[in-house]
Order: sequence, then structure tokens, then C-alpha cells
Amino acid sequence: MDFLRPASWEEALAAKAEHPTAVPIAGGTDVMVEINFDHRRPEYLMDLNRVADLTEWEVGEDFVRLGASVPYTRIMEDLRTELPGLALASHTVASPQIRNRGGVGGNLGTASPAGDAHPALLAAGAEVEAESVRGTRRIPIDAFYTGVKRNALAPDELIRAVHVRKADGPQQFSKVGTRNAMVIAVCAFGLAVHPDTRTVRTGIGSAAPTPIRATAAEEFLNAALEEGGFWDNGKVVTPSAVKRFADLCAAACDPIDDVRGTAAYRRHAVGVMARRTLTWTWESYRGARRTTEGAA
Amino acid sequence: MTANGAPTGLTQGSTTRGGIGESTLRPDGVLKVTGEFAYASDMWHEDMLWGQILRSTVAHAEIVSIDTSEALATAGVYAVMTYDDLPTDVRHYGLEIRDTPVLAHGKVRHHGEPVAIVAADHPETARRAAAKIRVEYRELPLVTDEASATAPDAVLVHEHRTDHHSGHVPHPNIVHRQPIVRGDADAAAGRADVIVEGDYCFGMQDQAFLGPESGLAVPGEDGGVDLYIATQWLHSDLRQIAPVLGLPEDKVRMTLSGVGGAFGGREDLSMQIHACLLALRTGKPVKIVYNRFESFFGHVHRHPARLHYEHGATRDGRLTHVKCRIVLDGGAYASASPAVVGNAASLSVGPYVCEDVDIEALALYSNNPPCGAMRGFGAVQACFAYEAQMDKVAAELGLDPVEFRRINAMEQGTLMPTGQRVDSPAPVAELLRRVKAMPMPPERQWESSEGADVRQLPGGLSNTTHGEGVVRGVGYAVGIKNVGFSEGFDDYSTARVRLEVAGGRPVVTVHTAMAEVGQGGVTVHAQIARTELGVAEVTIRPADTQVGSAGSTSASRQTYVTGGAVRNACELVREKVLEIGRRRLGPYHPAWATAELLLEGGKVVTDGGEVLADLVDVLEDEVVEVEEEWRHRPTEPFDPRTGQGNGHVQYSFAAHRAVVEVDTELGLVKVIELACAQDVGKALNPLSVVGQIQGGTVQGLGIAVMEEIVVDPVTAKVRNPSFTDYLLPTILDTPALPVDVLELADDHAPYGLRGVGEAPTLSSTPAVLAAIRDATGLALDRTPVRPEHLTGTAADQDPPGGARNVTPSAPPGALTKSHTARGT
Repeated sequence: MDFLRPASWEEALAAKAEHPTAVPIAGGTDVMVEINFDHRRPEYLMDLNRVADLTEWEVGEDFVRLGASVPYTRIMEDLRTELPGLALASHTVASPQIRNRGGVGGNLGTASPAGDAHPALLAAGAEVEAESVRGTRRIPIDAFYTGVKRNALAPDELIRAVHVRKADGPQQFSKVGTRNAMVIAVCAFGLAVHPDTRTVRTGIGSAAPTPIRATAAEEFLNAALEEGGFWDNGKVVTPSAVKRFADLCAAACDPIDDVRGTAAYRRHAVGVMARRTLTWTWESYRGARRTTEGAA
Repeated sequence: MTANGAPTGLTQGSTTRGGIGESTLRPDGVLKVTGEFAYASDMWHEDMLWGQILRSTVAHAEIVSIDTSEALATAGVYAVMTYDDLPTDVRHYGLEIRDTPVLAHGKVRHHGEPVAIVAADHPETARRAAAKIRVEYRELPLVTDEASATAPDAVLVHEHRTDHHSGHVPHPNIVHRQPIVRGDADAAAGRADVIVEGDYCFGMQDQAFLGPESGLAVPGEDGGVDLYIATQWLHSDLRQIAPVLGLPEDKVRMTLSGVGGAFGGREDLSMQIHACLLALRTGKPVKIVYNRFESFFGHVHRHPARLHYEHGATRDGRLTHVKCRIVLDGGAYASASPAVVGNAASLSVGPYVCEDVDIEALALYSNNPPCGAMRGFGAVQACFAYEAQMDKVAAELGLDPVEFRRINAMEQGTLMPTGQRVDSPAPVAELLRRVKAMPMPPERQWESSEGADVRQLPGGLSNTTHGEGVVRGVGYAVGIKNVGFSEGFDDYSTARVRLEVAGGRPVVTVHTAMAEVGQGGVTVHAQIARTELGVAEVTIRPADTQVGSAGSTSASRQTYVTGGAVRNACELVREKVLEIGRRRLGPYHPAWATAELLLEGGKVVTDGGEVLADLVDVLEDEVVEVEEEWRHRPTEPFDPRTGQGNGHVQYSFAAHRAVVEVDTELGLVKVIELACAQDVGKALNPLSVVGQIQGGTVQGLGIAVMEEIVVDPVTAKVRNPSFTDYLLPTILDTPALPVDVLELADDHAPYGLRGVGEAPTLSSTPAVLAAIRDATGLALDRTPVRPEHLTGTAADQDPPGGARNVTPSAPPGALTKSHTARGT
């Protein structure tokens, strides 16, 4: 195994072009596990830790440009306001030591359905900034996950950053694991309320071959919210609509039985999390509306 | 019963600081928490090679061929060995039954069985070379449960058994079976107002010690070998290793290296013989360290069990009878299974009075991973089931579960199902009273002015509930565990104690072969020496085989037995010192002849407090050294037919109250508090005692809600050999653990002490289960409880993942009836 240590982003791109089989490693959260278990013996391992700008982020008008290696700890501590869903998801990643090393780029690169960041990215709306010596492109998050542990990157591309839409409303993230810390998701659910576009978006983890959105549930809910005038009247979403939304989220799952849980449980739990996160976020939205109106 | 805490049997009191009863600190404590302690895996030797074991990839197969040529041709490889390369005719080992091949011979009987070993100059080279060994397997039908073990056409896991249990077992795939019959359970059932039956299933728990198996074998110039090893019992290892190597025991010199936990998982050999074989073959030091993956295959686990119980009681809450049948899965090799069976049978009724019992416990041979010793040793599985039954009977009778237990609680003088009289305090009712009387943790602790504090809720920071669906439950359980080795085993320990003057001060050296595995023996031995010899400066020598056997660090026995041996050796040293004093200084003071003499503060003093001489002057340059074996009261085997006999040395008791909060919609459990009351006879080191109780309690919590080795029922392969999927409680899963320690002396034991380590592991699990049942109203007949079981989303049959919800079991005697559908 050859170990490549590019000193800059340009060197990294050149190395990746020369050795498309090279596996990039930053925090090592996934890659080291696979190597230790002998599941994977890459010809080349490319250490990205010397590429300093991968650990930087910029808060723009509509998006946060999050460097691929920004550690989860920074997201939790510094980006709670802009990226509340991703910050909640970051809290559930492994242990403090791993959160100090691991970043969203790794989650995206591995594209495991169990990656904790995915449901939050899907719900918030995001684009992956992929680059190669051939140029840069932005891949919408909805088109990024192409199969079990597969993504839309070309062999010579590296993830430079992910552009996550800044929260314009409440966001939530829930994850089921069978202990209270350091646990791989049995299943996870992200939900973001977007008052600007009058939409609610979702993300489901570990309950299908890839991270997915519950699009039918979103469509149903968006229509129901619109028809009922909920965005304006600030009423509680009717229990029947919440239930229907939760059922549709559960129905969106395509889970498997494995050592971590049964398919039936995953589907059930996603429904419960969908109901609860919608209730929490909608309560916050109503609360914020009341505050705004009170101030006006 | 009153809680008289006065210890008895003190041979000499001493005001020397750091004596018994004080919470002296562990000498290795700071090193361990700062990461500087040298564990066995940290050892290094110049020129050393690394050993690697090739393990079977299938559970049951004939070995058609093994081709090592490519591995041997690998640069950096010094040796590759298979069964055919073993140096003597002794090629099997085992704790009680020598049924375990050093390397697989002709067939493999479980997933992960050692087939070949490699030594190379780098661990990665050794791993790659091992992967180049080509083994051709022809797979055989599997034995995976009682039905497949005892079917008329069942494959025999061991074809030609000659062990001492083989003559009395009903089937060759049963390692050992122990019935216990006392009174007339059928007749007594006629007097019962209620009869409650239940079937229970206990999952396979792993000891999951954090320091994986490791050791370093260094070939000696005399043709022998020095082995530095993390183990629980040096001399038991030695007896098994030496004959395989063809060496006399004195040429296999063993030294304990840093042990990172054991919990029973180091009672059996792991890599000891392999490292020695490779060292002797290559003439170089060989180190073997398992990684976590290999560790899951490298030691025995806790027996999974199926248990059927029938309890009867009269309307006024008295037990009429208990019938039970406990089927333990011993896996491919016997390990400690026979003794685990004896424990499961003899402790199967729990700490209750019941005159009429009909009990059967047995362990299977199967192609599942071998199971053996783990903290609680057969008593854990039984306690899980009988405590569930006690709650069910109480509910049938409309009685409070604690009150029902109190009515039936045993006490000093009660007869065990084996006919043995419990002849020391048995404060079962008092322990229950104490845990019940502890203040309850406040309700709804997650509520704060800033909304829900998810850290206080099921799911924690995973943010699954802000209080929705959360219901509190409370459960109680109490258990009984034997202390020490039972059933007529010659359970002794040896201590060498030396007193001399060094640097102008009296110093004591204590040398035993006791394996310090974290239990605190090194602390306690020094405390005993200070108390008995009145000398502050005590050195504990590293444990090795240059001194006699200390027995195993297991069965809650080391403080009792090796502590007893140290105390005994100290007494003999004291007598010799006083003899020397009388001889040398007696003429100068009449008190040497007339007074009761003590050693105190480095001096000889009279019981009246008068100082007769400084030890420095008594001893001058004389060294007093004693090495003596010490035994506890003998025990007897259980009658093979009736199970009667004084089989146990001592019993220990603990009770728990569990308070849980369950997210009933998601099936997530947060244990809020696990309160324990335990009688320890005498706390030699109160801090260590509380540590043991808390550790045992948390290990019981683990098997209640998360820990389980999942074995595929179709392939008998382990599905989760990693800490990613074998979940242990983290500190965030660990609740408040208030502990109430009673000290009711057992007059038969040194200082009145009672073994501490295991009892809390018993009652913790059923208390948590009872609390979850209380919160959810569900029956919950298996452990661990998974979210699926609490939400009705478990698979219908034995699913992949082994998440069985309902476990029908065969009626007593119906050995051939199928328990579960196979081949799904």
C-alpha cells in the first residue's frame, strides 16, 4: 500500500488523477475500520490532512460552504444556528475523539446508508462540491447517493466541500441506536421546515440501500400545509395529517433485517421519528411566528 | 434479622495504617487511568517474532487438506505449524475434560477454531502468511440447539467420549447433566393455589475484557520456555501447557503480565500453547496479541440458555414447589460446562425456602462457539428466570413482589435444594428491605426551563424523544451465588510471606501466584500483611509459578482463599518472629513468657500495650519466610441422581432495585438507577468492594438491554464479532448506582468476609427486566431486550440476528422435542 501525502489541494487532485484507485483519508472514521478489518486493501491511501483549507468553512448568503474535513465538533459548536439539523446529527457521531477528527466529507465519500450526516443534508438541502483536474462541479445531494456505499463521484474526483442551505426554519434530527452513545444508527430521520419556500424536507438514514428522502410524504405534507393555510395561520397540524405523513415516511423505507435491527422495527421507528420531529419543528415554527408577530 | 456488623475471626488487630477495612488505593490505579500501565499486549522483546493463528471459517467440517507451502515460502516467515507438527502425543487440553485440540485435528467443530499457527518477523507478514494457508473443508451437518443435538440421527460433536461424565449423560451431545430432586414436587403441586409456568431465553454474553488475549513466550537456554501471560490462573495453564510441549512443569516458567480484565474469559487457555510452540520451534521470542475481532473467537462466552420453570404457591404467598429445566449451550468444547451445570442446578431455586423441588440442568455440546466461565457462572441464567417467575407468581396472588419474596426468603439455617444447610448469615429479606427503602430518583428529570434535556431521556443525545411515550418502571430482584470452587474440588491457595530488616526497617514481602485481573487482590494482600504483622512497608511480588498455586481468580474466591492463605502465612511468620524474640530477648523481660504478644508499628508489644522490642532488634539479619497452602472447608460432590450434597463453601447475596424509563413507542430503555444492597461479611477494602458491586451491576445491565453475541442459527457463525455491533454499556448508559454494604460476618471465613464479585451480576439483569415489564406491561421472556421486543416488530421466527421473542421449550424429559424451527 502506498501512502500519498499531498501538501495542497492541487497536489491532491493531481495525485487522484494519476491514481484513481487512491482512497482519500481524512479523519479515518470509516477507512481505518475497513483497513483494520481487512475489508479493504487500497493500492494507494491519500492522506488529506495536510490540505488545510478542507477544514475551513464560510457562511454565505444562502449556503454554508463546509470544507470536507471540518470536524463534527466544529459543526456542533460553531454552526448550530446555520445548520441546526447537521449540528444535532453531529452530536450523535461516535465519541468525542472521533468527532474531533471525522467530517462530513468522509460520510459522503463512504456513502453508507448509516452515515449520520446524510439525513440532515437531505432535509436541509445541499450540494456536494466535487473537483478533479478536469474542473469543478456541484452535485445536488438528492443525486449524490447512487447505491449501497456508492456515490456520484467520478474516479478522479475528490470532495472539496459541501454547500448546505442555511436554515430558514426549524430543523430536527433523531437517530435510533441501542445504546445512548457511540452507536451506529439502526435508523435515523432528519426533517427541516423551510418557510421561505413553504416546504418541509426529510432525510432517512439506515432504512434503505441509500440515504433517501421521503418524497411522497413531503408532497403530501406540503400540499396539506398549503391547503390548510398552516404557513399563515400558524395552527397545529392536524393529527390525521401528522399520522399520514408519518405513515408515508415509514412507507418510503426499504429496510433490511440485520444484526442491528429488523426491517419491521426500522420502518416503525422511522414513522415514530417522523411524527415527533414534525411535531417539534412545527411547534418551533409556530412559536417563532408568534414571536415575530408580537414584535411587529 | 439485625445487621450486626462486627467482624469475627480477627487474629490480631493492628492500628498500622493501610490495614484491612481501609480503602487503600490500588498501586496500579494511577498508571491505568493515565494509560501508562503495561498490559500484556505492550510487551516487547528484542528479536521477537509475531505469532498469528489461522482460524476456521466454517463451524463444522472435515479438514480435507491443509497446504502451508505458500505461507512457509513467504519472506519473513519463520515457522508454520499444524496439528501434525505438535511435538508430543498430548495434543488436547481443557479445564476439566481434555477435549480441545491445540490445533484442529481432522475436523473443526466451531467457527473460529485454531487450525494453524504462523511466526513471522512482523505482525502483518504473519497475518498475510496465515491467509495464504489453504485449508479445504468438507462441511458437516450442524448441531446448534437441543433438538439438533439429541435428534435420533444427530451428528456427534465428539464421537469417542471417554470423559468421566460420558457414562451418565443421556446423550453423547450432552456434556453433563445434573438433576436435583428433593421432597415430592408433584405432591406439593397439589397443595398449590396457583401454578405459574414460564419459558425463558438467555442470550450469549461476552466477557469483553478490554485487554485482548496476549502473551510473550521466550525460549530458555535450558530448553524450557518463559511465558509472560495475561491469565486468571497460572498453575492451571501450566498443567495444560507443559505436557503438550513435552516439558516438565519446572521448565515452563510463567509470569503474570498486565491483565486488562478477565470475568471468566481467561480461565481457559487461548494463545499460551501456540506462543510456546512457536518460540520453541524458532528459538526466538514470540509474541501473540489478538485484535478485538479475534478476541471474540479466542475465549469462551457465557452460556446462552433456555429455561423452563414451574412455580406453585399457596394463597398466603408460600412457595409449594419449584420444577425447572435449564438447558445451557456449551458449544463445541467442554470448558467449564460441567461446573456451570452444577451451579445452575444447585442455585436454580434462588434464595428462597422450598422443600419440594424437581430440577434438571444440562449443557449441550454443539457447533456454536464454546462457552464456559463468566462472572456469575450458571447462577446468572437461573436468576434471570426464577426472578421473572417470582414476579409472575406474586402478580397471580395479588401480592407485592417484594413482600412475596420476603415471605419466602431463606435465612441462616435454611436447607438448599441440595440438602445443604446455609450455616452463615443469609440476609435476603433485609437486603430487599434496604433497596426498597432507598429514596426513589425524582420523576421527569429531563424537564428543564429550556425544554427537554435529552441526556436524561431514553435515546440520549440521539434526540429521539422529548418525553413522548416515556413511562417509568420499577423492578426488584435478589440472587444467590456460591463463593469458591465447589463439588469436592480441592480449592486451595498458597502464600509465601517474608519478614526481614532492610535499610534499618522491617519490611514484608508477599508472594503468591494470584492473578490480579483488576479485582484488587494486590491491595488486599498488602492490607492483610499490615494487619497481621504490624509492619507498614509491604511489597507484593509479581505473580509467577515460582510459588505454589493460588487457584483461579474467579468464583468470587481470591480474597477468601488467597487472602486466607496470606493471613495464615502471616500468622506463621508472626509465631516464628515471636519465637526468635523469646529466644533472644526473653530473659530480659518476663512479659515475653507471660503476656499475649502482638506485632504493632514495627515492634513487639504486649496486649497491654507495652513495647518489648523493635523488630529490627528481634530479627537483626535473620529472615523469616513461610510458604504454606491454605484450604477452606471441604465440599462434596452432588449425588449424580438426586443432586444432594454439601457442594458449596459459602453463599453470597445481593438485591437490586432498578428504575427505568422506557420510550414505549421506540422501545428504547434508559436505566435511571440501579440500587444494590449486598452482604459482604467484612469489607476488607470498602472502596474496592463498592467498585466490584458497581461493576457487576453494570455487567448485568449490559446483558439486560444490549450485550449479545449473535450466532447465525443456520451457519453457527458469529455475526457481530466487533465492538461496533457487540454493544457494551458506555458511561452514558450507566445509571446512578447507590450501594448499601452490609457486613454480617461468616464465622467460617477469614475475617468473616464473603466473596463479592459475582452476586451483583445476578440480580441486576432480572431487576432491569422487571422494571421494563413494569413500564410496558409486556411479558419479556428473553434477555437482552431489544427495541423490537418492546414494539412488536421482532421477526416471527428465529430471525437472522437471533432476536427471539417467544421461546417455547420442551417439557421436562422431552429431550428430542424441537425447540425452534431450524433452517429458516
